[in-house]
Amino acid sequence: MNFLKAFFESFTNPTFYKLTLSAATPLLFASLGGMFSEKTGVVNIALEGIMLLGAFTGVVGAALFGSPWIGLILAMLVGIGAAALHAMASVNFQANQIVSATAIILLAQGVTGFLLEPVFGQPGSTPIYDKIPEVKLTFLKEGSFLHGMIGSLSPLIYVALVMVIVSWFIVYKTRLGLRIRAVGENPEAADTLGVSVYGIRWFGVLMSGLFASLGGAYLSVGELGQFSENMTNGKGFIALAAMILGNWTPKGALFACLLFGAAEALNEQLQSNPTLAISSSVKPLFNLIPFVITLIVVAGFVGLTRPPAASGTPYEKKG
Amino acid sequence: MPFHVPSEDEYNDYAVVMKDIVKRFPKVLANDEVNLFVKKGEIHAIVGENGAGKSTLMNQLYGLYNPDDGDIFIRGRKLDIDNPKDAIKEGIGMVHQHFMLVGPLSVTENIVLGDEPTKQFNVFDLQKAKKEVQKISKDYGLKVDVNARIEDLPVGTQQRVEILKTLYRGADILILDEPTAVLTPQETEELFEVLQNLQKDGKTLLFITHKLNEVIEISNNVTVMRAGKVTGQLPTEETSQRELANMMVGREVLLRVEKEEKEPGEKILEVENLNVNDNRSLPAVRGCSLDLYKGEILGIAGVAGNGQSELIESIAGLRKAEDGKVIYEGNDVTNATPREIRELGISHIAEDRFKHAMIQPFTVAYNVALGRHYRPPFAEGGFLNHKQINKRSKELVKQFDVRPPETQILAGTLSGGNQQKMVVAREIDYDPDCMLVSQPTRGLDIGAIEFIHQTLLEMRGRDVGMILVSMELDEVLSLSDRILVMYEGQFMGEVKPDEITREEMGLMMAGQTLEEVRSESDG
Amino acid sequence: MGKKSWIRVLIPIVSVLIALLIASIIIIWVGEGSFMERLQFLVTAYSEMIKGAFGSVSAFMNTIIKMSPLILTGLAVGFGFRAGVFNIGAEGQMAMGALTASIFAVNASALPMVIAIPMTIIVGMLAGAVWAGIAGFLKAKTGAHEVITTIMLNWIAYNITNWAVAGPFNSGGGTPKSPEIAESTKLPNVVSSQATFLSYGIFIAIAAAIIMYVILYRTSMGYEVKAVGFNPFASEYGGINVSKNIIITMAISGALAGLAGTLESIGLYYRFYGTLTSGKGFDGISIALIGQNNPFGIIAASLLIGGLRTGSNQMQFVGVPKHIVTIIQSIIIFLVAAERIVMTIMGWNKKKGGSK
Repeated sequence: MNFLKAFFESFTNPTFYKLTLSAATPLLFASLGGMFSEKTGVVNIALEGIMLLGAFTGVVGAALFGSPWIGLILAMLVGIGAAALHAMASVNFQANQIVSATAIILLAQGVTGFLLEPVFGQPGSTPIYDKIPEVKLTFLKEGSFLHGMIGSLSPLIYVALVMVIVSWFIVYKTRLGLRIRAVGENPEAADTLGVSVYGIRWFGVLMSGLFASLGGAYLSVGELGQFSENMTNGKGFIALAAMILGNWTPKGALFACLLFGAAEALNEQLQSNPTLAISSSVKPLFNLIPFVITLIVVAGFVGLTRPPAASGTPYEKKG
Repeated sequence: MPFHVPSEDEYNDYAVVMKDIVKRFPKVLANDEVNLFVKKGEIHAIVGENGAGKSTLMNQLYGLYNPDDGDIFIRGRKLDIDNPKDAIKEGIGMVHQHFMLVGPLSVTENIVLGDEPTKQFNVFDLQKAKKEVQKISKDYGLKVDVNARIEDLPVGTQQRVEILKTLYRGADILILDEPTAVLTPQETEELFEVLQNLQKDGKTLLFITHKLNEVIEISNNVTVMRAGKVTGQLPTEETSQRELANMMVGREVLLRVEKEEKEPGEKILEVENLNVNDNRSLPAVRGCSLDLYKGEILGIAGVAGNGQSELIESIAGLRKAEDGKVIYEGNDVTNATPREIRELGISHIAEDRFKHAMIQPFTVAYNVALGRHYRPPFAEGGFLNHKQINKRSKELVKQFDVRPPETQILAGTLSGGNQQKMVVAREIDYDPDCMLVSQPTRGLDIGAIEFIHQTLLEMRGRDVGMILVSMELDEVLSLSDRILVMYEGQFMGEVKPDEITREEMGLMMAGQTLEEVRSESDG
Repeated sequence: MGKKSWIRVLIPIVSVLIALLIASIIIIWVGEGSFMERLQFLVTAYSEMIKGAFGSVSAFMNTIIKMSPLILTGLAVGFGFRAGVFNIGAEGQMAMGALTASIFAVNASALPMVIAIPMTIIVGMLAGAVWAGIAGFLKAKTGAHEVITTIMLNWIAYNITNWAVAGPFNSGGGTPKSPEIAESTKLPNVVSSQATFLSYGIFIAIAAAIIMYVILYRTSMGYEVKAVGFNPFASEYGGINVSKNIIITMAISGALAGLAGTLESIGLYYRFYGTLTSGKGFDGISIALIGQNNPFGIIAASLLIGGLRTGSNQMQFVGVPKHIVTIIQSIIIFLVAAERIVMTIMGWNKKKGGSK
């Protein structure tokens, strides 16, 4: 009975919706990034690692240059750099794309953990710095439902939503997008018509690095203002599940990420709900819910959604 | 008049001259100082067995490979063709044997890919593209639906799209690699009409094939290749199929297998009203029935994609039968597992040996053991008996002349012909009473083809009942005792090979029933 | 040994060397002072590491202690790779194995050691097998990619064990640890020196490696596992039940990881901690790759990584964060995956000619 009341309280609380948008944003960035990569035929499960690097670099930028915006730009550059490693291994050297990505995730965890002490003087987490200031919609009435929902959001949330439209436009309306889709389905056919398979795949992978890093940076300089070890906490993988659920389209990714974001928001709301009074020892049981949902999604939707045909298969140019 | 080899100042009259071309791969000299002379506006056939080097040669003309030595002259100018973009710029277009099409994209998108009309901001101008495609389609009489998705189209139409791709880019030298491999006799005739129209339009056509009757029918000149070298260059009207086959293989070739008369034995396999779906859950086999007797070869003819694969896979236990029955030696074995089917004594030569019939990273010995790797003599109590596996595979490799005769090398290192011999050896070693044989000689050279045909006839002599599925009409006609023609999942009729003509077969393969065909020729 | 086998051994070795080289550059970079001083710092760091791993009897014992679970997680991932499944879930399977075994062991005081220890081991292995089996079942029946499912199961296991050890399975104190296991379930020791003791777990781990070798190279089951890993289509055509093999492979893989967790509990900690696994499951991935999925290569790789981990604890005291080991591992994995990069560096550039 208490649970139903708690659910109702959550859904009628504007904070729930704000949290949903906030939780969906990093997922959306990473998910769009993953989509770009896979649409060209390269599987990139290293999103988790690149997000982590983005989160770290964002704070480094904020600390060293005093501006979270610079941190954001640095994060994008680092993301592209990490993705370049994956691109080189997967595209030019036909490496096993899963293993290469696993290496990058480990590298990200290792490097970010390693650099905490040398750069910030303390292990485990960084001090708190300025985060990106929120966009305040002052024309909304204080205390209203709408104000509670969207009155004060990070600009990155708006950026993410715009990116959905931009991604859709690129993939389905431009010449580049046509080539991306061709390379992902039948790279050999594209090759015989003079389309650069390697070039298109590099583009897809670098985009995934750019986006994933942005998503990670949102977690640090967009929300908290600090970095802590392994703060991405599986979000990179949830983003992959969202990409699958969304059938490798920007629109689908948006809905899937909102769904996962809502799950996380609900989790938070229930945990902080005074009526339920969840003790801290039980909290882990709630925390595992998003992962169970992801598991069900990934298992249940395979076969119902369709990845690009050449996804995951290295392509080798002929002699 | 013998073939005229031009001098350099005559090259201007020639669309393509390839001089002293050398191309090496790690294990083989694919092109050994090859010369090719193609006059402007001619239809030139390039023939040879699988592995003779003809595709390699054409791939260099199209820029997919680069020659190690030699020169290429296009319309009299010496050129370096480094990649397909260069070739396309020079007006060279290629229609590949395995279509280079992107399934989920539309006809228009496939045709303009790589050379797309655009508006501002890199936006793809779909409307303009459609208009242009429609225009070419009309100009050359190649009808297509510009909005259709490629993967929904039949093979003959897909080929038209491939041809349109080259014409869209202004090709006037067209290379066609084994274009009739996937067509019915009627579709082949339609294609030849198209080619002759293109020739009338001033285009030059290069035509790779191993089907000698087509060479005689449509080409002006022919170049014969064998083992990387050119063994003949002649005007078509001065040669014959027999002479060409000789030049292809280097000896007299039996163009038709000799089969002894034989009475079939008792019924061994029965299929009743079988219904099977394909990978997209659409019906592929629609109510097929057949009887197979011991000691006979039952051929199933038809163009690829009409349900033959699904039929065989269903009998072999690899694909679910939605309805109907398969009865072996009186027992109902519908939807049995592949293991059960094999244990009953039915073996299966798969149509795609790379994907299905063998495991390339396994040794030859391990491949021979596949399917019997859990029971005596190859295994006992769960443990493999390597001694037996090696001994038996050595014996089989010798008996079937697999080269090199090593059992511990990886199967992937063998050539196509030897791989297939290995597969056939294994399947026969099962000592089956019934065999399912799919495309047994695809991609093989004549020596291997003859060997396998002999082997199949030997099995027939030993009272094994066989179903033979093949897209090579000649193979089906020469090996089978009875033939069923399959079209869109149904049998159009059953005939004996000496009671039917190729035209009639062709009509059945294109959808007419035996009655319709017979009544046409009577009436 | 043919040329191909030499390459198999050479690539991981060269990858390790390159990784150590890059790690050295990183250590120099975060050092202080002039270049010579930094070089001195590098030498000190490495000598501390070697000292920490092999410098004394207790150091060596610590390395072996770290090695035992790594052999098993390496076998777990390596066996999976053989069948074409990527089991990143060894961490979660190890945790579930350790938890279940500990719960059993805490309540097994009535049983004599002869029964208690084998049963505890079986319980732990079963738990790991089931946990991995979930992913195997999903892959076989729905085609769900085992990378994502096993990672999700890792997180789920992490949360379940955290809850268990903070709540119902708590020993009563403030810290997240379970009660101590029964005396009869504790593994006897091979040798003990001062505060360090080495249980028979290492022998169990090596025995598991030998058994895995026998299975893979000498049995029909091993044949089927490899066949499915190389070519599931041809395997099905040859009568092999691909679904069954995928599930069994994952289950065996999980059982090995579960065994790793079990041995940590009954052979080392004598209870369950929330941090019991601390990355050993993930180490299994690099170990399997370095060891080229071969049981003996895995033993060698476990010694390497075990030594690195023990040694890096010592390195911390001179100022090198232990994350350096993770960085080294990631570089090794990356290079092994993109082995052509290594081969190019070695001058062994096989140009593929595009032949049919």
